[in-house]
Amino acid sequence: MSVFSLRDIRKSFNGNAILKGVSLEAEAGEFIALVGPSGCGKSTLLRIVAGLDHADSGEIRIGDREMSQLTAADRNIAMVFQSYALYPHLTAGQNIAVPLAMRKLTGMQRLPFIGSLLPGQRQVCADIQRQVQTMAVSLKIDHLLDRKPGQMSGGQRQRVALARAMVRNPSVFLMDEPLSNLDANLRVHARGEIVDLHRRAGVPTLYVTHDQSEALSMADRVAVMIGGNLLQLAAPQTIYDDPSHIEVARFIGQPRINLLPGKKDAHGIVQFGALRLASPSDAVSDASVTLGVRPEFVRLRAEGQGALAARVERLEFLGSEVIVFAKLAAIGETMLAKVIPGEVRGLVAGQAIGLDMDPAHVMLFAEDGRRLPATPVSAVLRETARG
Amino acid sequence: MTQTLTLGRFFRLSLLSLGALMFLAPYIFMVSTAGKDQSEIFSASLSLIPQHFAYMANFTKALTRVSMQNLLLNGVIVCGLILVLQVVVAVPCAYALAKLKFGAARFMMALVMLGLLVPIHATALPLYVAFDKLSLLNSYTALVAPFSISVFGIFLFLQFFRAMPDDLIHAARLDGMSEAGIVARVIVPNAWPAVTAFAIFSVVAHWNDLFWPLIVVTNQSYATPPLGLLFFRAAEAGDDYGALMAATLIITLPLVIAFLLAQKRFVEGITMTGLKG
Amino acid sequence: MADIALSFSAVETAGRREARTAWLLASPAILLMLLFIVLPTIAVIVLGFTDFELGYGSFRFVGLENYAELISDRTFRRSLWNTTVYTAIVTPVSIVLGLGIALLIESEPRGRDFFRTVYFLPVASLLVAMATVWQYLFHPSIGPLNTFLALLGISGPNWLGASSTVIYGLSIIGIWQSVGFNMVLFLAGLTAIPRELYSAAEVDGVKSSIDRFRLVTWPMLGPTTLFVTTISVINSVKVFETVKTLTEGGPNKASEVLLWTIYQEGFVFLRVGYASAMTVVFLAILVVLMVLQYRFLDRQVHYT
Repeated sequence: MSVFSLRDIRKSFNGNAILKGVSLEAEAGEFIALVGPSGCGKSTLLRIVAGLDHADSGEIRIGDREMSQLTAADRNIAMVFQSYALYPHLTAGQNIAVPLAMRKLTGMQRLPFIGSLLPGQRQVCADIQRQVQTMAVSLKIDHLLDRKPGQMSGGQRQRVALARAMVRNPSVFLMDEPLSNLDANLRVHARGEIVDLHRRAGVPTLYVTHDQSEALSMADRVAVMIGGNLLQLAAPQTIYDDPSHIEVARFIGQPRINLLPGKKDAHGIVQFGALRLASPSDAVSDASVTLGVRPEFVRLRAEGQGALAARVERLEFLGSEVIVFAKLAAIGETMLAKVIPGEVRGLVAGQAIGLDMDPAHVMLFAEDGRRLPATPVSAVLRETARG
Repeated sequence: MTQTLTLGRFFRLSLLSLGALMFLAPYIFMVSTAGKDQSEIFSASLSLIPQHFAYMANFTKALTRVSMQNLLLNGVIVCGLILVLQVVVAVPCAYALAKLKFGAARFMMALVMLGLLVPIHATALPLYVAFDKLSLLNSYTALVAPFSISVFGIFLFLQFFRAMPDDLIHAARLDGMSEAGIVARVIVPNAWPAVTAFAIFSVVAHWNDLFWPLIVVTNQSYATPPLGLLFFRAAEAGDDYGALMAATLIITLPLVIAFLLAQKRFVEGITMTGLKG
Repeated sequence: MADIALSFSAVETAGRREARTAWLLASPAILLMLLFIVLPTIAVIVLGFTDFELGYGSFRFVGLENYAELISDRTFRRSLWNTTVYTAIVTPVSIVLGLGIALLIESEPRGRDFFRTVYFLPVASLLVAMATVWQYLFHPSIGPLNTFLALLGISGPNWLGASSTVIYGLSIIGIWQSVGFNMVLFLAGLTAIPRELYSAAEVDGVKSSIDRFRLVTWPMLGPTTLFVTTISVINSVKVFETVKTLTEGGPNKASEVLLWTIYQEGFVFLRVGYASAMTVVFLAILVVLMVLQYRFLDRQVHYT
């Protein structure tokens, strides 16, 4: 059941299309990460969902209510901002209380002095206090409630911002790069905390980030946005192993995927070095295609062996693994191979080697970026081709 | 919803326009009255367009009674001298305070703070006595000297230099520049925004200052624009508002034109100097 | 050992050289500060205890006599009172107007530059000259203001000529002159407020612009407002140009203000000792204002 959905959201600024028809559905309690390079429109999308910006067209539904005509205040959506956007003149406790006070108290009741004289105000205030306290305890920030944002560390501020967002049980939770202002150690720790909070609250969450490792490690599903389009929305593993578009493949994965130019013949066979892939499709013959293979599926061979001849350019030692940069003799492209350190013993820059690609993990992309089906033509064939 | 939006905007725009009209009213009447002759002024009509166009007569009066060129020239000389001295004195001092270690820095900061507090009005009496004793009244020296030091300038440049990266100076030292060379070739070129802001602040302040010139100058040939206007008023015993407005117009115009030409700089300058002061 | 000693002294001489350069660069400023600020300030305090008059060769120390005279000096008391009234009118009105105009300009995308220019124009205009224009506007019989009021059937007062209204007339000029300055500072303060705070307020359920002002704008403008207030008060206390140009303290001492009184005593009557005592009072007022500002700044904890 979808509790939250976007349909065909479009937005342009001064004639530049920022969002080109984005659709997305979230299940109850789902954590979706919106990831993409900067300028891809992910933050704009988030602001549109929050009601801070308005789409040119499209539908935003929460449950079965259409939201796009409502103001941010009426949507019951909570948001954590990149800078946390805590009110610097209010204490942590007061900050957390703001969304409650704005909804439960009238303008008159919120006036200093006069407000406290109005009937019912005291009761509601005590109520708010209690909710703030409960929230603070569950986020372990109850000792910070009397401090102002300026007296807190980045991590503490981030928690207060989370508390302010969660305290009123929103129907959707939005986060705009909430970890980007933390230092690297804290960031990894905070990832776990946010995921944990999300599990406990069970509120559907839209999480914007430009950091793919954040997206892949935290989300139930990852939405990859590039150039104003949502290219793929799938589980992290699927996004990585089975990208539906060349841009997704290019953006996700560290180190980056190897992409090599190829041609498809009249029989739908793509040959690259000694590697042959069958791509049965009705596409025109002789079409240009791109082969993609992730570095961990590239194997090192001795010189003269393997499907491709190459020369080592340099080695990058990363501890548990080594990235080998090798220039292909045939086309001059640099290919990356991720191997364990034992495999590169004695290997030096400038050395000639052979490379093999694991045929089961080679992907094919059409010229327009679409993924094409590909099956390796039998290993025997490859053997004979080499012989 | 859009209806209330335009209504709100209409309300805001009319409020702003009404206020603007009230703020502009003195200028409008100044320009209008400068072209009216005595009889028309005394008819007390609200008509803005003069009936006889007495601009020529009024401006001639204004230009002949007091030498306007002399006034404006004095204004330029005094403000120019003050500005140059202030910058030349304040920039090296601010640089030393911001980027060099030396024992007197704390003492200097105390001096600067004291200086920020004490306006010319407070020091005018002893300075007047001293200039009198030295027979320096009625001179450019008397007009300029007390303002050769601007603690405000030091303060402003200090803030600006502190924000400059130390590495810039280290790099210059490694390149073999002397400290004076660093100030002249690295600091000053990079301090232009602060210098412009300060220049606007300083020129506006001293062009408009009446208190000090009034005290030390009694001789018309050293009068600055505000003082000159006072002399002109004294010379025009009657209510010759036409000539008075013409004189006012001539004397207000240079700074207003400068402002209109470089208003962005002006506002930036005042904001920068204002917020840091 | 020798190496260490050598490098030690190298460091020492480098440090000493730096200090010497610093002294050299700062010395003109130090000298001028001593000459034109410190020395005269001390002198004014000392002179306040003497009966020094310009033109007489000798003077003697009279202790607190000048101050005793000040307390019973009706002109001086009048002057203090008038300055207070003037400040109490000009400061709040010019701050509220400055803030109001800044908010209007900020929220209205059209004509922003034009309005900013118009309201700022008086700041860049020669005050003595514009005071003359105001004198004409305020003229009881031929002035446009009263002519306009007459059209409405109101007989306007003799603004600058009557002791009951002169301080209000001067206040209007003072407000007209300082609103633009305050507005520009508030505009700068407004642009410095992070946009995300307004977004957060909206998401937190703030709907009306009054609530937005109360939750975000006003608190975030706190430091600006404090600064604008201090500057406005100090500038009002220093009112002089308009008084000298238009009223010379009159009529009937109704526009006698602090700096005008000091000017009269010191530079017209040449009673330097007595005027110095007044100046010390003036300085004390400035010091108190500064101290108040720092107190407030301290209380406004940790804005980041």
